[in-house]
Amino acid sequence: MQRKLPALNADNRAFWQGGEHGCLLMHWCDGCANYFHPPGPICPKCASFSVHPREVSGKATVISFTINYQSWTPDLTEPFVIAIVELPEQPGLRFLSNVQEPVDQVYIGMHVRVVFEQHEDVWLPLFVKD
Amino acid sequence: MSTRLYEKEVAITGIGQSEVARPSQLSGMRLTVDACLEAIADAGLERGDIDGIACWPGDNNNGDSFSPVGPYALKNALGLEVNWFGGGYEGPGPLAGIINGAMAVASGLCRHVLVFRTITESSSRIVNRQASALTNKTTGRDSSFAWQWYTPFNVLSAVNLMAIYAQRHFHEYGTTSEQLAQIALTCRKHAQLNPKAVYRSPMTMDDYMQSRMISSPLRMFDCDVHCDASTAIILSRKDAAKDTRHPPIRIEAIGSALNQPWSWDQISLTEGTAFDVGKMMWNRTDLKPKDVQSAQLYDGFSILTMIWLEALGLCPRGESGRFVEGGHRISLSGQLPLNTNGGQLSGGRTHGLGYLHEACLQLWGRAGERQIAKHQVAVTAAGGGPLGGSLLLVKE
Repeated sequence: MQRKLPALNADNRAFWQGGEHGCLLMHWCDGCANYFHPPGPICPKCASFSVHPREVSGKATVISFTINYQSWTPDLTEPFVIAIVELPEQPGLRFLSNVQEPVDQVYIGMHVRVVFEQHEDVWLPLFVKD
Repeated sequence: MSTRLYEKEVAITGIGQSEVARPSQLSGMRLTVDACLEAIADAGLERGDIDGIACWPGDNNNGDSFSPVGPYALKNALGLEVNWFGGGYEGPGPLAGIINGAMAVASGLCRHVLVFRTITESSSRIVNRQASALTNKTTGRDSSFAWQWYTPFNVLSAVNLMAIYAQRHFHEYGTTSEQLAQIALTCRKHAQLNPKAVYRSPMTMDDYMQSRMISSPLRMFDCDVHCDASTAIILSRKDAAKDTRHPPIRIEAIGSALNQPWSWDQISLTEGTAFDVGKMMWNRTDLKPKDVQSAQLYDGFSILTMIWLEALGLCPRGESGRFVEGGHRISLSGQLPLNTNGGQLSGGRTHGLGYLHEACLQLWGRAGERQIAKHQVAVTAAGGGPLGGSLLLVKE
């Protein structure tokens, strides 16, 4: 599947490249001991600059999803699943990804785990059934 | 209330709209000029009276069909001499031009602000079917603040994000496709009485249920229809509005809040910013949701209309499915006539200002065959996810 890749910078590089070493890295704030996402140079909660990527378990739960049927580009011909997954490390810690399972097998509450798919210098965090 | 609420000093005094076509043979600028001159004349004003221009999202310096004309170009085309003008995407949704323009009037920078919204997405899609795809927002790698978190996962249209909201709404509240269908069916019914609407042929529940699934649970008829059109609104200072033609429609309260992250996936999936917006709007007025007599609520995707109904307190949280069931309450003769011109689902994706235009037509009693009972209080809201703004309107 063709992908439009993100442009990397000092703030988002860890998230998109953690998969090179098999790690899902989420931004952590030492100041208030919370994860936050998307990553950035400052904690949006306590404004601390003491922030850095930290490895999480890679487990997650599907909190909502959709099956895309429309061929937005000529090579997107098969239905696929887009989901928002929440990580067990912290309530509300979540991001959007794909669940790579048959489209009729995905449901809200489904337990999934991260797998990485490399495209150039980006390791996309995707999810499969756990 | 002791705080001065400045929006109450602003009135809508004129409205205009170009043809709504799929596609139009006219340029985006010609559509804009048609809408603006109609609005100026409708207010009983002349070009020289206009001393401000506002629009959302403005010209992004790329001729994008989502917003092909901005304030610079319009100023030149109409030879306007202005004290203040502004465009730009970053604001509380498609009503941001109105909200900015109202602030310019209320602060005394201008007496009469021309607000407009032009869109030529129908023409652009004839040239390139993928003209609206999110991947076309940036060339090469995605460096955009918002979209880099979605395009790598092949979210290539906003419909995918709205579908995720809809799925969560179904899950939490038991909302069904048959209930969601009532937004599309009601809009189509109303569009049949609107000579400018894009889609006017009757639609049945079967037609809806059999329409192509785009991104589950949203079907083709849950998505609005591209068109080429421009809409214009004149905002005037209350004292200046005395000289205009129609009874002024006062902006009773604005909702423009965003208390959550500006993000399509970090924001509440069942609320977006709409609940923040609604709370702010009702905090700025003594009127209550039960006073609202007509509603023009964003239906770029049908699920968003449902969320607005709840967010503005027009029905209880999670109850929008049951509220619209059968379509009676939201029909032209129902307790809350909704999207009386066919909305964007059938009327055409005029994107934001079309709702306000229709709200004014209805308040002034100028809506022709689709005119609802005489009334004084209307609400309009536009946007979805982190984008959202609302206006409570009172006809004097």
